[in-house]
Amino acid sequence: MGRYILYRLISAVPVVLGITVIVFFIMSLIPGDPATAILGAYASPENVAKLNRDLGLDRPMVARYFIWLGNLLTGDFGRSFSLNRPVLDEITERFSATLVLAGVSLVLCAVIGIAAGVVSAARQFGWQDKAITFAVLIGISVPSFFLGMLLILTFAVNLRWLPVSGMYEIYGGRTLWDLARHLVLPATALAAVATGVVARLSRSAMLEVLRQDFIRTARAKGVAERGVIWRHALRAAMVSIIPVLGIQAGFVLSGAVYVEVVFQWPGVGRMLVEAILKRDLLLVQGGVTFVAACYVLFNILVDVAQSLIDPRIKA
Amino acid sequence: MRRAGPFLALVFRNRLAGFGAVVLAVIVILCLITPLLPLLPPNVTDTPNKFLRPLSEGHLLGTDHLGRDILSRLLWGTRLSLAVGFAAALVAAGFGTLIGVTAGYFGGRTDNVLMRLIDMIMAFPYILLALAIVAALGPGMLNALIAVAAVNVPFFARNIRGLSAGLAAREFIDAARLSGQGHTRIILTELLPNVLPVITVAVSTTIGWMVLETAGLSFLGLGSQPPQADLGSMLGEARAAFLTAPHVMVVPGLTIFLIVMSINLLGDGLRDALDPRLRSGALARPAPVTLIRRDGPAPVAEHPEAALEIQALSTRFEVGARVYKAVSDVSLTLGRGECLGLIGESGSGKSVTALSVTGLVASPPGVITKGAVRLSGTDLLSLPYRDLRDLRGRRIAYIFQDPLSTLHPLYRVGEQMVEAIRVHRKMPLAEARAQCIALLRTVRIPNPESRFDAYPHEMSGGMRQRIGIAMALVNDPEVIIADEPTTALDVTVQAQVLALLDELRRDRGLSILFITHDFGVVGQICDRVAVMYAGRIVEEGPTAQVLAAPAHPYTSRLIASLPAPGAGKRRLVSIPGLPPAVDRLPPGCAFAPRCHRAQQDCSAGDIALTHQGKRALRCLHPEATA
Repeated sequence: MGRYILYRLISAVPVVLGITVIVFFIMSLIPGDPATAILGAYASPENVAKLNRDLGLDRPMVARYFIWLGNLLTGDFGRSFSLNRPVLDEITERFSATLVLAGVSLVLCAVIGIAAGVVSAARQFGWQDKAITFAVLIGISVPSFFLGMLLILTFAVNLRWLPVSGMYEIYGGRTLWDLARHLVLPATALAAVATGVVARLSRSAMLEVLRQDFIRTARAKGVAERGVIWRHALRAAMVSIIPVLGIQAGFVLSGAVYVEVVFQWPGVGRMLVEAILKRDLLLVQGGVTFVAACYVLFNILVDVAQSLIDPRIKA
Repeated sequence: MRRAGPFLALVFRNRLAGFGAVVLAVIVILCLITPLLPLLPPNVTDTPNKFLRPLSEGHLLGTDHLGRDILSRLLWGTRLSLAVGFAAALVAAGFGTLIGVTAGYFGGRTDNVLMRLIDMIMAFPYILLALAIVAALGPGMLNALIAVAAVNVPFFARNIRGLSAGLAAREFIDAARLSGQGHTRIILTELLPNVLPVITVAVSTTIGWMVLETAGLSFLGLGSQPPQADLGSMLGEARAAFLTAPHVMVVPGLTIFLIVMSINLLGDGLRDALDPRLRSGALARPAPVTLIRRDGPAPVAEHPEAALEIQALSTRFEVGARVYKAVSDVSLTLGRGECLGLIGESGSGKSVTALSVTGLVASPPGVITKGAVRLSGTDLLSLPYRDLRDLRGRRIAYIFQDPLSTLHPLYRVGEQMVEAIRVHRKMPLAEARAQCIALLRTVRIPNPESRFDAYPHEMSGGMRQRIGIAMALVNDPEVIIADEPTTALDVTVQAQVLALLDELRRDRGLSILFITHDFGVVGQICDRVAVMYAGRIVEEGPTAQVLAAPAHPYTSRLIASLPAPGAGKRRLVSIPGLPPAVDRLPPGCAFAPRCHRAQQDCSAGDIALTHQGKRALRCLHPEATA
């Protein structure tokens, strides 16, 4: 197992390098002079020239890439001009908030989605199946930013059950309870689409598995239907559900951008949108690279989980 | 598009897909005729009349924060959103096809380099890439379009690549190459027309996604710039005041929802129409017990002393309007300690008979329509599910063919054996484990302690079959139903397994119903044998007698097709023709069309199973017996 993880980590290196190349390439598409783009149109020519020199922007592109890469490896992501602090500090702080939101949503979508899919398959064509199928259709069709606003309107403004936005009360002790209350609505908005997709897939994976011979064996042994569904069929269906959870994690991370904006969540997604609107390009560049690299690591975790659940994968 | 008519009919058979199509058509038509409608100009502000509620004078859907008419902005905005979504899908499909076809057609190194690049792009959560592109190019509708198209290129490239790689290996491409055509020409004239239908479907199912993504970017303020309206920017602008004037936000939000939902519904319809399994109902979930729908009362027990008595059992499969009579009026009596062979070709109904005993035939489509199955006199088909389940594995156990697919692939064999015990009896884990290991030793598995923790895929076929046997024995059942337990094994292993079964039977007084298609196996282990053809018993009797003097021509053919061990090369007589399809059984004897002794009267009407001493026969013109 240790060897497998090591192998996956090593094979992720070229992917992460590729990510830096792509980000660097996209950022070099900026029309005109990057320093002007960073400093704005009213910057003095001296300042532009100085920044170009400071950032190494007067060098050729390949050299610039390696300088940037070298800096990244030493943990130097540059300095955000709009926030006037190191990019990496800002990213790690914001990313932890995103991790909380996206992580909770992913757990929600996995637990509810798989449970709904299993029930739907076990009661195929029954009223539970129809109700779940209908809910799934709504779930996968509603944009998270719209759903977020509807949730705020209903549960925060009209019913006053939950806070409107933010991660903690401004004057509060930052307790776990406070965080949980602030999490309910954004996590729900973020999880909706992924839950629908997971439920759908779990249902069809379960239906596929339930027709297999080893299910008949379980029944021939006298295993109760509950055990057949949850112990035998679900275990086998997880083999095809887990990769989808990995893919959904990417969508949840993406959707977090909208949800963070709607709920004023202090995450990395909202940071990126603000950085783009303020033309804080170093922050964008660093943020995108950092999050994409984390996503690659996450996918390795998914593969490891997969090899744990399926002994047929040679670990 | 020759088959467009029936195909669309198929799509619309799914009523929800039809609903989606109608909603979408209405929206698209409204967008197309927007310039012709008597609408207020979408961008003219009228601040004194801001936030008017829907159904206000002159403003059907009210006004927004600048007093602009929401209806007008909605229609113009939907128009823009759909157009941009469509354009993005086309651009993504264009570049994706270019990359996919190039990679798939040329293969080798080109393929490798292009696909690694695509993998890199797919390593990003999609929105990060879109944000990076918009960050570089600057906010704006055109740049949002480019960003959304760019992040969706990999999806198309991957699909098209797989497809064209398959096509590139086909004969007609080779033929074109040999005729000296250039690569470009082959791609354009031979390859592209074949991938175009797939591209069309992919584009149509992803437009909703593209609309949603561009709306998302606009919502964030990175797409359409004021005062231009699209669905996303309308939502984004409404956000500032959505607590006081929610209608400004709900109107565009609901519109996006409707568009995405109708495209999803339509996509589901498309997918269902393309997947033949969904149409045939093959994806139905089998119920815990076979559906039992007997038209009369269960027959009265005739041999209550027997271990297992199957009486006039009929099981069929109902697929749509078709009825496959897999088992018709089968009666078998299995005495205590007896081994009864049930033999027939594949499709003769022998396995369905075996599975019907404890209601393990998959329903749908299986239905038991007649008869009774009595275990020591009690009719299993009349038992409530709980009682039947309690019997399964405890009093009647199965040994299945091919344990690689019949054992759970993800649990250790020991866990599966222990489970078989513990669903019926409370037993401490250590004790159950010890019992199972003892049983593994009984079925002669070497190193049973370590084998206990092995997974099925780590064992050989013979070992797995022994596991299957041991698992059937864990609860000391009265009856074992062995469904071709040796078919998947090679001859030496087969002989070992048969010897083991025979020994266990004698040691434990088991009654075995042994299903097979091999008379050689029957001769080694069975006391009596019943021959099945097209769902019916055609001959029955003590094994030695039937083997020595088969009466039914089908039996004699089956025996003749058997290579006698040690007799050197004997001619293998195969039976001409195929068994009949059991949804269209001919009247009278089903074997008549393949029978060398058939006469006119064979196909006239039903032929009864006549008993004579220990033997039974369903034939009008039996083989001349010595």
